[in-house]
Amino acid sequence: MNRKQKSRMELAFIYIIIAVVAIIIFYPLVWTVGMSFNQSTSLYSSSLIPENFSLDHYKWLFSPDSDYLVWYKNSLIVSIANAIGSVVLTSLVAYAFSRYKFVGRKNGLYIFLLLQMFPVMMAMVALYIFLNMLGLLDTLSGLILIYLGGQIPFNAWLVKGYFDTIPRELDEAARIDGAGHLRVFWSVMLPLAKPILAVVALFNFMTPLFDFLLPSIVLSSEENYTLAVGLYNFINDQFSNNFTRFAAGSVLVAVPIAAVYLFLQRYLISGLAAGGTKG
Amino acid sequence: MSTPAKKNPDENIEQKKVRKNDKWKKHSPKVAMILSIVFAGFGQLYNRRYLKGTIFIIMELAFLVAFLESINYGLWGLRTLGTIPGTDHSIRLLVLGVLSLIVTVIVITLYVFNVIDAKKQAEKLRDGWKPLKLRASFKEFYDRAFPYIMTFPGLLLMIFVVIFPLLFSVLLAFTNYDLYNSPPRNLVDWVGFDNFKNLVTVPIWQDTFISVFSWTIVWTVVATTLQIALGFFLAVLVNDPRVKFKKLIRTILILPWAVPAFVTILVFSAMFNDDFGAINRDIIIPLLGGNGVSWLSDPLYTRIAIVMIQTWLGFPFIFALITGILQSISKDWYEAADMDGASRFQKFRNITFPHVMFATAPLLIMQYASNFNNFNVIYLFNEGGPPIRGQNAGGTDILISWVYKLTFDTNNYSMAAVISIIMGLIVSGFAFYQFRKTRSFKEEGEI
Repeated sequence: MNRKQKSRMELAFIYIIIAVVAIIIFYPLVWTVGMSFNQSTSLYSSSLIPENFSLDHYKWLFSPDSDYLVWYKNSLIVSIANAIGSVVLTSLVAYAFSRYKFVGRKNGLYIFLLLQMFPVMMAMVALYIFLNMLGLLDTLSGLILIYLGGQIPFNAWLVKGYFDTIPRELDEAARIDGAGHLRVFWSVMLPLAKPILAVVALFNFMTPLFDFLLPSIVLSSEENYTLAVGLYNFINDQFSNNFTRFAAGSVLVAVPIAAVYLFLQRYLISGLAAGGTKG
Repeated sequence: MSTPAKKNPDENIEQKKVRKNDKWKKHSPKVAMILSIVFAGFGQLYNRRYLKGTIFIIMELAFLVAFLESINYGLWGLRTLGTIPGTDHSIRLLVLGVLSLIVTVIVITLYVFNVIDAKKQAEKLRDGWKPLKLRASFKEFYDRAFPYIMTFPGLLLMIFVVIFPLLFSVLLAFTNYDLYNSPPRNLVDWVGFDNFKNLVTVPIWQDTFISVFSWTIVWTVVATTLQIALGFFLAVLVNDPRVKFKKLIRTILILPWAVPAFVTILVFSAMFNDDFGAINRDIIIPLLGGNGVSWLSDPLYTRIAIVMIQTWLGFPFIFALITGILQSISKDWYEAADMDGASRFQKFRNITFPHVMFATAPLLIMQYASNFNNFNVIYLFNEGGPPIRGQNAGGTDILISWVYKLTFDTNNYSMAAVISIIMGLIVSGFAFYQFRKTRSFKEEGEI
């Protein structure tokens, strides 16, 4: 076997592996989509390629019987508020940690990061009672507050790592020109840190969409549900009966998210790598 | 301090200056300290910083009027957890107590700051320092306080979302709060280390803990290593210069990361269903015959299924990350290696592998930590099941999902808290070791 043949063999082998992986990746995804177009509502009779193609489940989601659109709206409210709030809060914290000396600067962030490693289940009990005391139980604002507080340590650590790579000469020059603390932050740091701030915004936009544990504890009335809780309840109540409905609802969530992810993945990776490894 | 002046104006000013300095010479930091210990702000008044002093006095008065009583009540509740069953709600008292504790710590910090401030300023005044004008001192205050102002909103949120719940759950581990001892009907009591002792001495707890703990470790190591290995392997394959359609292939391989995990786990859970799941019906039975594999009812198969699912979910992130690193390795390295006649394996071992590990080690190690706490996969797939006889945890329960069950299904809060503490110590110890090695720990701040 000469060299060229060997190379061709190898290449074929590589393509085969990739093809197998691709099939394994697509199988559950295609199955879900197929399920959502199935006319029947049960898992028993449904098959990969629907025999009776129908849009019934999608129509049902948008009918007045379902709260799906309300959940979608709730999820968007939480996600947008969380994305904006997290960028504001984290960049302020990261700025202080990256450029100033103060009590707790050296270990403060790390202490919070370590504290967050403790599992949150018990904390949920405490947060439940606390939100109840504040009258924020079963509200979206209570949920947003918890997300906002919980995301700070990790994201501040990421953003601080990125800020640290911005040369100090830049803000010193701005200071010599008479810029104040906030001016430096606004006109020097923020514009240069756009990539990592985009990553933070995106992560915090996504977290509430994926999370079901916390909202299922905080939110109790159906008109306040976020998508994850609502969809989970489709199959949690009567598993085999509503699975196709769950599939349809999931497709409508997953498609836009997947599109955004695939579109932005390059920035996500480079941002993570830059902040994470230098932090 | 003004004295009638009978000399010419110039001399008069001279003398005044000298007298003023004399006056400050007797200024005593000790007096300032004692005064501000007696009541916040008095020391500042003694230093003639009237505005600052007044602010401190108002703050202390406000605290005394508004909070003192409820803090006293909170701390009493924390000590006793209530005395009258049916009236005192122990857990609400515990929450109030923890909140009071936090407020107390904040107040003490402010008070210490007030005393130190009074003392420092008095020393400076004695040594001949002239107080700045109002505007200038505002400016100085702003400069000094700026980082605190920046971090304050975040800190406040973190105190209530991170510290307060953590304190609460740590304290729960030392109580007997469970289904039988729960308010409002009964009171909860402090029991010291009894729960920790029970965990290692009572057989059912001991057995469950050991088996859940060892599965957690196996799960963390196997699932994470598999997803890293697969991601790494595929990244190297796709990065081969002979492979075409790289962009398309990469997009496909990243797809599992892009779809919400919450959705895919539930889909998998339906597909692996023993009786009518697609895996058994469409793949296993046609290919291998028989009645299919009992994916959800046999612990061993459930474990295998879960590890495979986590690999499916987790490899794309690693793949994307490592692809980025591979593209950034300079071609010169490989050319030099080719000159020396290095084999492909040697190139991988000595160039690719060290580069990738150096750049991604912290993120890879975080993958292990996050799988250790990976509640979603375990719980959404099969709720930690199938059940196992002689244990109060399911066959695939890892520590975190066991804690969830103890908390929300059997309401054994105190034991759940004990296990939470043990888990937290393990993961944070691991992470602490990791952080120690990262660079920014050593880096110094400026300004």
